Amino acid sequence: MYGKKVAVRNLSLSVRRGEIFGFLGPNGAGKSTSIKMLLGLVKPTEGQALVLGAPSGSVEIRRKIGFLPEDFRFYPWLTASELLKLHGRLCGLSAFCLADRVPALLELVGLTAHRGKRLSEFSKGMLQRIGLAQALIHEPELIFLDEPTSGLDPMGRRAVRDVIRAQRERGATVFLNSHLLSEVEITCDQVVFIKQGEVVGSHDLRTQSRGETRVIVLASKLSDETAAGLTRWCTSVDKQGDRLTISAKSREALPEVHRYLAASGADIYSFTPERPSLEELFLKIMGEDRGL
Amino acid sequence: MGVWIMTGVTFREAARRKILWAALLAGGTFLALFATGMHFQAKDLARTNLPPFIRYQLQSSVLQVGFYAADVLAVLLAILTSVDTLSGEIASGTIHSIATKPISRWQILLGKWLGFASMLVVYVALMFAGVGIVGRVVAGIVTPRIFLGGALVYLECLLVLTMTVMCGTYFSTLTNGVIVVGLHGLAFIGGWIEQIAALTNSPRLVTVGVVSSLLMPSEALWHRASFEMQSSFARTLQFTPFAIASAPSKAMIGYAVAYLGIALAIAIHRFRERDL
Repeated sequence: MYGKKVAVRNLSLSVRRGEIFGFLGPNGAGKSTSIKMLLGLVKPTEGQALVLGAPSGSVEIRRKIGFLPEDFRFYPWLTASELLKLHGRLCGLSAFCLADRVPALLELVGLTAHRGKRLSEFSKGMLQRIGLAQALIHEPELIFLDEPTSGLDPMGRRAVRDVIRAQRERGATVFLNSHLLSEVEITCDQVVFIKQGEVVGSHDLRTQSRGETRVIVLASKLSDETAAGLTRWCTSVDKQGDRLTISAKSREALPEVHRYLAASGADIYSFTPERPSLEELFLKIMGEDRGL
Repeated sequence: MGVWIMTGVTFREAARRKILWAALLAGGTFLALFATGMHFQAKDLARTNLPPFIRYQLQSSVLQVGFYAADVLAVLLAILTSVDTLSGEIASGTIHSIATKPISRWQILLGKWLGFASMLVVYVALMFAGVGIVGRVVAGIVTPRIFLGGALVYLECLLVLTMTVMCGTYFSTLTNGVIVVGLHGLAFIGGWIEQIAALTNSPRLVTVGVVSSLLMPSEALWHRASFEMQSSFARTLQFTPFAIASAPSKAMIGYAVAYLGIALAIAIHRFRERDL
């Protein structure tokens, strides 16, 4: 509750270990409040959250958690190296361990050249990068990232994407809150949609590719009989001149379809599988924005 | 361990943000002016026909002005350095990346408090040593019980610091500053009303002063410190602004210590329970 407003209600989430989990919703949906509750920064008026199997917010759990807040800010008089050392010490890392860990993290986020620079001289993107580094200083099992790419240029976004995937590779779970749906789409394994504090939908981005797949084919010398023969693999076939739109029963059927068309003597110029973008899905679930 | 990390970073913050250096520069400038003033006063008094013990007492009262100025500077330093330490970090979100580390919130608060307390002990010690040395070298005055006086002023600074930290867990930086300065202002007015009322034999006005000291006992600690740092003869003269007509009792010192402890406990409790 924030005053009389219910920020989060009936929120039930289950995140598998080792996956990248996307947490999506419009502004004011309760995403940041939910993350703060999972981190113990905000106490729920009712209910409980288990993080890594234990109540959220305890010191023991926080040893296993990393957090990059949205719009990361820290003491501007610290240098990048000092910031990482401070956070490392707060996580209980020894000076010996930090001597290796700090340069490695600065390298990872592309700030080695700025290690001695004070944060007051950092751009927003550089602050996001050093914020990401502090979240990873103790190699946490679970990492909460709140809008990690919001201040970054395309190279920075790609670098962050690579870092997130590397965390999954080492077995960590990443809880990602982002407005950049294209980023979420190519990074996350599973997404959940939240609206007015409640979960209104979820989507598994790993399995969707295995479902029905829409394909646009541009090909000449394509007969009506050939098109009709596609019903073996497709639920629908629509031929408009050289443009063929089909819905394959599964993604696995696509190589067969391609071979069949090529064997029929058609000249294939393009064969493009399509699937609803996350943005389309988001708008469908959330409805129209009536705020403007 | 977490407490000491936060203590270290808070002390370093005061140095890096040049707050401590600015305060020391202001203090040093004051000491230089004060030494110059005392020097010329000593020369002027030497040319008068006043008896030596009267000259000594006059210079002693001027020395009290020096201690009082050091007290005011230290109290201001306590408020200005700590006023946004919690409220500002909560408002900016800086606290989020600290409070999600494996460190308890009480450790964060206590570490910060100890950081400011360490800075203040350095400042009060340097300023009191400075004023005491000026008095000794320029006017030949040995301040009685200067360590006790300095300790009481340090306690006053800790009290103001604790109230600032406590209010920072409830209010925004600006509101916090207004409240703490207002409380100390209340204590200041109340303390002086008590002294003037005692001089003019107005018991009910003395009660008003005592009540205001109970609401905020900071200025009472200065009056006790000033009382301790004057000779028994100077205390009886009562012709200078720092003559203590109504010295706060030792019970008031105990009350101030309890007040500080309760305020610190409330601050820790509130910071542990509040949403960030």
